[in-house]
Order: sequence, then structure tokens, then C-alpha cells
Amino acid sequence: MESTSTQEVPGTKVPGNFPAPIYGAEQNPPTQAAFELGRSLFYDPRLSRTGSISCGSCHQQAVAFADAGKKLSTGVETRIGTRNTPALQNLRWKPNFLWDGGPVHIEMMPRAPISNPLEMDETLDNVLRKLNADASYQRRFKQVFGGNGPIDSYQFLRALAQFTAALTSSNSRYDRYVRQEAGGTLTASELRGLTILRQKCGTCHAGELFTDESFRNNGLDRQFPLDSGRAHITRRSTDAGRFKVPSLRNVALTGPYMHDGRFTTLEAVLDHYDHGMVVSATLDLELRRSGLEPGIALAPQERQDLLAFLHTLTDEQFLSNPQLAKH
Amino acid sequence: MKFLKYTALFLALFSLSATVTSCDDDDNTNPAAVNIEFENVVGSNTLELNSATPYATGAGDQITVTAFRYFISNVKLKKADGTEWAQPESYYLIDQALPASKKISLTDVPPGDYTSLTFTIGVDSARNVAGAQTGALSKGNMFWDWNTGYVFMKLEGRSPQAPGAGAVILHVGGFRKGENAVRTVTPTLNNSVIRVHEGHTPEIHVKADIQKMFVGSTPIRFSSVNNLMAAGTNAVNISKNYENGMFVVDRIQGN
Repeated sequence: MESTSTQEVPGTKVPGNFPAPIYGAEQNPPTQAAFELGRSLFYDPRLSRTGSISCGSCHQQAVAFADAGKKLSTGVETRIGTRNTPALQNLRWKPNFLWDGGPVHIEMMPRAPISNPLEMDETLDNVLRKLNADASYQRRFKQVFGGNGPIDSYQFLRALAQFTAALTSSNSRYDRYVRQEAGGTLTASELRGLTILRQKCGTCHAGELFTDESFRNNGLDRQFPLDSGRAHITRRSTDAGRFKVPSLRNVALTGPYMHDGRFTTLEAVLDHYDHGMVVSATLDLELRRSGLEPGIALAPQERQDLLAFLHTLTDEQFLSNPQLAKH
Repeated sequence: MKFLKYTALFLALFSLSATVTSCDDDDNTNPAAVNIEFENVVGSNTLELNSATPYATGAGDQITVTAFRYFISNVKLKKADGTEWAQPESYYLIDQALPASKKISLTDVPPGDYTSLTFTIGVDSARNVAGAQTGALSKGNMFWDWNTGYVFMKLEGRSPQAPGAGAVILHVGGFRKGENAVRTVTPTLNNSVIRVHEGHTPEIHVKADIQKMFVGSTPIRFSSVNNLMAAGTNAVNISKNYENGMFVVDRIQGN
């Protein structure tokens, strides 16, 4: 299973156009053995109660570790989750995780899907029991962490974070353009799309990560009886209907879109922003317009240019890096 | 040069004599240990899990306890002169079901007479938002996975006064502004001192009275609060209740 290669662990270096990460490599120094151990855990269905669902079941590399085409994902015993599976990319830069920002640390985040009854429906203690019953895991954990005790939750979570922190997408055509590298050319339409994005979408989809990591209500619903979003965590009514602004990296592949996967295509998303919004108490101020319905006006040419630009954020290298694939 | 040499010799002799003096003093500077034993009680009764007869909560309800766990952290000892010793990496999970967990041992305590004991019930905010942990903070299913944060005190059981099937689930936690349930207490030693010296280990016997969760500034009744699994007002209220007198130093032995 493990390779003995000396190639660098993906995501170890900070890309030239990225800000400083929150979870820097020094916090859990990448090694090939630990990274590969994390990868084995990520793709191991024993993390679920039934032994049928791995992290990789709903987070597929070919679509930036989102769940291809799935509005909502399927957990153990074909239970259907309540929210669209987010892409897993550039997690080192995230101050918190999931659509509601509940978990605030990359190492602790996997506890949520493991224990969620609609996802893996398993306890951390049971996962550890299964890992400790496996001689290969025993040997590999010992190789990474030393010691003579059983595999514990600290080791498990740290190893898993070696893999999730490695999921860095920074080599799209847009990145090569920004860093002025070979192959980094954008067409006239794509360049216009970039300008429109920075002007009209850039407050929320900000910076090189294309998200400001805030929670916002983007006018999807008038009420939030089924999912209050951020308010589920803060219990503040002012947070009802607010969800994490997702990154736009690899966005052409991460559909369906929104926290409940209601939009199948990017065209439908742009329709929503242009003329589909509804007002509610917590609707984001950035989207309100005096004397007009809320939204962001997009002329036909602007839509076309925006769509063209969004496709330049697809990072083929990330989507096909064999180091990130199941081994 | 000569002057310096003599000075050095003098200082060497002086420090030698200082060492000898302190040895004569029936005292030394070697760190020693202090044990704290927690006894969980309900009023005047020692707590038993799954007891044959339910306990009174003191607020008007009855409860049969099936699980009781809490974090004790950041233990500090203070001398009369104000010098304080704070135990590094000080986290303990007291679990009624695990007798060994109820006796904690503070090691490497500088010797001396301590007149004050302080500890936190729960976990400081820094560790609530930290990454993977070892030791007590990794045990006992005491973390809110879907959110962030430790359950500081977990009491589960059954009550005839609880609605529905009668289940009582009280998970008290919360560290953020406005919902902070981290409580730090300094139970009185009743003018006793904790004598820490090499060769004998004092044992502080602390009683933790479950009734104090339910009585206090906000009485807790199961008819309205029986299923608590998040930070917020109810958790803060319970924590303020138990901050006041739940933990009592009953006696200090082996001084």
C-alpha cells in the first residue's frame, strides 16, 4: 500500500499567490508516511458504522472532492443527508468548516461526519477499535507516531489531517495567469469575466481563495424552517438562513450548488443572482438594492464572460494528482 | 584578578553554607505530590449509578443517574504569601463509572504550605477550539462533534418528572462570549493548609454534590429542562448553580 517515494507531500508549500495559511505545515509537519496513512484513512469505509461509507464515498477527487452530481449525499443504510457535500480544497486556509461553520479546527472536523447518524453513524471509539484490530494500521501508526500504546484519537485525527491539509488546489489556468507562469493566458472574455467577478462578486468570493469565509443569506428562501444554517451553531436569529460562502475554485465541477444543492448548473446560479432572489430578514446587505428587488444585475455578455472565467478556476492537476487518489 | 578570585571563593562558601542551613531546616526544595480525591454525592448520600431508589434533586424532582462525568482543569495552589503554582497541562475527566478517575495526583508541586486550592470546572476556551488532544481531553465522548466545544459536565439519567419517556440528558458546555459556562472555583479550606513536603502526600477530599446543579440562582426543573445538548442560557444557568458550592473540601488528610 505505502510507497517509499521521496516526492514531496502535496500542499506542503504555500502557493505564491495565496495568503498565509491558518493551519500551516509546521503545525503538523507533512511526511510521506503520515500523508499516506491519512490517505488510507480517508478512503477506508471502516470509518463508518456499516463499513460501507468512506470519506471518499462523498468526496471524489475528480470533482474537487465534492459529490459528483448529487444534490444531497447518501450515508450509511442509504440515509440521505440534509446538505450538499462541500468540495474539499485549500482547507489549510479555512477558519471553520461545513456550511454552518460548526467545527473550527481541521483536525477535529472529521468527527462531525463520523458521528452524524445520516453520514457515517459511527463513534470515534469504535473507529479506533477497528483500526487497532488491523495489524497493518498498527504498524503504520507506530511508524509515524512511535510509542507502544494502541492507536488513539489524537493519532487518528492528526493522520487524517495530513491528508485533508494536503488537498491544495492552486494550479488552475487562472493561478498560472496570476503568477505569470507558462500556460497562464486568459482569453479576452475570461479576462472580462475576472473583472466582473472582482467588481460584482468579489466582496464575498474574495481574494485568491474566492471566499471571504463569511456566512451570508443570499436570498434563496423567505423562511428557514428546515435548516437555519449558521443559526444552528450560534442560536442567534440574526444568523438564520446564513450559510458559508463557498470558494469558486473548481466551481465548474462541484455542482449542484447551494447548501441544499438546489441549482444544477452555474447558469441557474447566475439566474438566481440576477433575478431569482427573495427578501427575508437576514438577507445580506450586499444584495439589497434600494427601490429594486435584491440581486446582482448581469447583462447577457457579462454572464457569458463570467461563466468563461469560472471555468479557468478548474485545476486539472489537483483533480488528477495520483498522490491524492485512492491507493 | 586576585580580588575577583577571593570574591568567587567567598560566594562559593556562602552558597554552600546556605545549602547546609536549608537542609538543617527540615525542609528542602524537592517537589512533592498532592492528591485530590473527588467523591460525588447527592445531598448527604454518596452517588450510585442506577440506584434502586431515585435521588431528590433538591429542586423538587427525582432522578436516577446513569452517567455522570465532568472536567476538572487548570488546578492551582497558592501559598499565604501569594505565590501560586499552576499545574501545567492540567486536565482531568472525573467519571463516576471509573473509580480510578476520581483520584487525581498533582506531581512536581514545589514544597511549602498552601492555603488555597483553585480549579476550573470544564475546559478553558483555548482548548475548546484547539486541534486533536491527548489524555483526558480525548476521552469520554465529551466533545460536541457537529459544533465545537467540550461538554464540561454530563449528567444523564431518568426522572418521573421529565416529559415523555422520562429521559434526562444534561450536557453543560459553552465557552463563547454570551454563553460562557467555564467556571473556576476556590472552595474554602476552612483555615487548613495543604502541607507539601517530600515524603508525605496530602490528600484533599472534595465532595461534589449533584443537587447543587439544580438549586441556586436558577432552579432547574425537569419539566422544562430535561434535554440539554448545547451551549446557551440553560447551560450557563446550571454552571452558575454549580459554581456556588457544588465542590466542597471535606477534609485534608496526610498533612
